[in-house]
Amino acid sequence: MKLREIATILNAEVVCGHTKLEREVEAVFASDLMSDVLTIDSEKLLLLTGLVNIQTIRTSEMSDIKNIVLVRNKKATPDMIALAEENRIVIMQCSYSMYKTSGILFQNGLNPVY
Amino acid sequence: MRFEYNIESGNFTKAGDASSSFKKILKQLNVDPQIIKRIVVSMYEGEVNIVAHANGGKVICDVDTSRVQIKLVDVGPGIPDIEKAMQAGYSTASAKVREMGFGAGMGLQNIKNNADNLIISSKVGVGTTLEIIVNLPKAG
Repeated sequence: MKLREIATILNAEVVCGHTKLEREVEAVFASDLMSDVLTIDSEKLLLLTGLVNIQTIRTSEMSDIKNIVLVRNKKATPDMIALAEENRIVIMQCSYSMYKTSGILFQNGLNPVY
Repeated sequence: MRFEYNIESGNFTKAGDASSSFKKILKQLNVDPQIIKRIVVSMYEGEVNIVAHANGGKVICDVDTSRVQIKLVDVGPGIPDIEKAMQAGYSTASAKVREMGFGAGMGLQNIKNNADNLIISSKVGVGTTLEIIVNLPKAG
């Protein structure tokens, strides 16, 4: 599924990476725990998280994760956006809970990592 | 080739800067992306550990044609029981560290999983040293 479609079905706001919305996502991982995220080895991954700090982006950079949706109405900070842009990471913000966001994406055919 | 980075204690804004810099170097050296990921994930976990638990330290990265060796040396409380620290879920992390998304007792195990070799030495009240080795495939 393309990021553009994900933004539509989640009613999400794209914060950075507006030119990369044709990017394809095949699997989703949902966690607020960055140590968990660092164990994931998947390509074309979307990370759902409610953790809003610079380490969310650093962890994504290290894990080669290029797509993030912030759930629970969390907002990306300016330093997160700057680092995400530097690493060509797309950040979206959505007002739904982690559970609801996961459910919608699962219903629309996106696979879990495990 | 050797690259050295200083790590500040408690500065979570900068945690990961060293791993990020080294990742850029590994890309320039055309190291396989899957191997880069293993190297930088283990280095980043170690870097976060220094920020979270120690009074500062440094990371020394040595790259040759056969392997990458990352030595993380900190000055700090040390690890009284390394075997216990290696157990998944065991953590002495502060609330501040947990707020940053770490401190679940998974870091050392994750480093071990990504490394071809991991050597931990520690002295209580002095500090901890981690040596991470990731082998590089033979060229050609």
